[in-house]
Amino acid sequence: MTGTIARRLASIVPVMCIVAICVFLLLHFAPGDPAAIMAGDNATPANIAAIRAKLGLDQPVWLQFLVWVHNLLRGDLGTSLFWGEGVMTLIGQRAEPTISLALTTITFAVVVAVTLGVVAAAKVGSLLDRAVMGFAVMGFSVPVFVVGYLLIFVFAIILKWLPVQGYTPIAEGVLPWLRNLILPSFALGMAYVALIARITRATMLDVLAEDYMRTAKAKGVATRPMLLKHALKNAAVPIVTVIGNGVALLIGGVVITETVFNIPGVGRLVVDAIARRDYPIIQGVIMVFSGVYVLVNLLVDLSYTLFDPRVRG
Amino acid sequence: MTRLGEFCRRNPTIVIGAMALMAVAALAIAAPWIAGDPMALAPIDRLQPPSAAHWLGTDFLGRDIYDRVVYGARISLIVGLSVAVCSIVIGLTIGLAAGYWRGVDTLVMRIMDGLMAIPAILLAIAMVSLNRASVWIVIVAITIPEVPRIVRLVRSVVLSVRTLPYIEAAVSGGSPGVKIVVRHILPATINPLIVQGTYITASAILTEAALSFLGAGVPPEIPTWGNMIAQSRLFIARAPWTIFAPGATLALVILSVNLLGDGLRDFLDVRLARRMV
Repeated sequence: MTGTIARRLASIVPVMCIVAICVFLLLHFAPGDPAAIMAGDNATPANIAAIRAKLGLDQPVWLQFLVWVHNLLRGDLGTSLFWGEGVMTLIGQRAEPTISLALTTITFAVVVAVTLGVVAAAKVGSLLDRAVMGFAVMGFSVPVFVVGYLLIFVFAIILKWLPVQGYTPIAEGVLPWLRNLILPSFALGMAYVALIARITRATMLDVLAEDYMRTAKAKGVATRPMLLKHALKNAAVPIVTVIGNGVALLIGGVVITETVFNIPGVGRLVVDAIARRDYPIIQGVIMVFSGVYVLVNLLVDLSYTLFDPRVRG
Repeated sequence: MTRLGEFCRRNPTIVIGAMALMAVAALAIAAPWIAGDPMALAPIDRLQPPSAAHWLGTDFLGRDIYDRVVYGARISLIVGLSVAVCSIVIGLTIGLAAGYWRGVDTLVMRIMDGLMAIPAILLAIAMVSLNRASVWIVIVAITIPEVPRIVRLVRSVVLSVRTLPYIEAAVSGGSPGVKIVVRHILPATINPLIVQGTYITASAILTEAALSFLGAGVPPEIPTWGNMIAQSRLFIARAPWTIFAPGATLALVILSVNLLGDGLRDFLDVRLARRMV
């Protein structure tokens, strides 16, 4: 068991190395002069030279690469051109809203999607099943920002049930915090729900066709324990895999959702950095989000052992 | 052809998807004849609701939303199709090589794993923010994250056919490797690629709109569905049509492409994991 964990932990090293190299190459092999673009249209040659020096672009490429790797290993993601502060500090300051949004979305999405998938599979061919499948296609097709504005328009502007946008820290009370997160979680979770519900339904259908399910039914196991204990547990591996892979979807969506709902999180940090051409922030957030994605998928791999003793080996 | 006809009769959604898509393509091509100037400002007519003069209303600068939606279709379709074609050409080449010549396989797949770990939208934001905004940069920025998915798909097809007897026969017949790959393996990848290419078109249209919405897309003076929504966001309460006209069009186009993809998948009988992002 410890061996498996160690092996899997070691396997994320090459992946993160590739990510670091890609991000480095992006800056250094961009056509044109990135320093001039970051400096903006009204920059003097002195401004451009200053940015070049700040980013170390005046050093030889191999030295820049070594410095980049060395700093990464120390957890130093560089300094923002606009804020003049460490990128890691800036990300830390904005982590709470983003983590809150991610956690509420994942919780809500997994509960809703797995329920929908199980019910659709149990009543395959019914009107409910077709509604779930229809929703699954819709969830993939309607962009996060369109869903977001639709929710704002209906629930905040017309019905006035929920705040239009903004964020309340959890320290100011759980209820206000949650009120601000309901609409963003729905908008962000749509595609994620569609993805998980689809896979849940498909794997449940496969499992329900197995011989041992017929045996369970024959010996008189009630419907609910049969679906949950016998079927869902055996369908868990593909479902959990998709929950992990789908985090990529959430990471992209967080950037958009925070913009639509004016949530001061890490996503907004990146979006604000676009107009300011604050590249150190963008590359820092890429490193952090890629790391989160890789770690989540590592946890997913390790969780297989919980559901499927055969993997333990 | 009768098989296709029969299939369409039983799956009307595919016909609907394909027809909606053709209608949008026709609008995009015919834009100069059927729509007015999408940049024409008319401050007096700002934020007008839909009417006979302005079918979809006007935005905060008095620009006609119907004209802008029609012209916006051009960018969406150009980006969607270009990304699908570019990522297939690049991904097919790499995937065939990695699947057939096992020596390069491990290295190539590690690189692909690394690329897939980078959130597509952030990679695109990074590329766009390092370059001057243009349609080309947006196409390149959306293509790069799609390539690993094609590589994986092609490689898995190659791995499943390369041990089949007909390949063995070609090898023992003395065919050179390149000829085996192009003549005997490549055809097996075509059906899955048609299906995957359709899904990539849908996701590229979505990503382009998201980039434009975030201000990291094509230059802001070109009307796109994404930047129309971004520019109108302050007027959602006063003039919801400024957001929902481009938003609904965008959603319908992506839905049509996805329905077409599902239909092609079932028709060509391709078993393929639905794309994740």
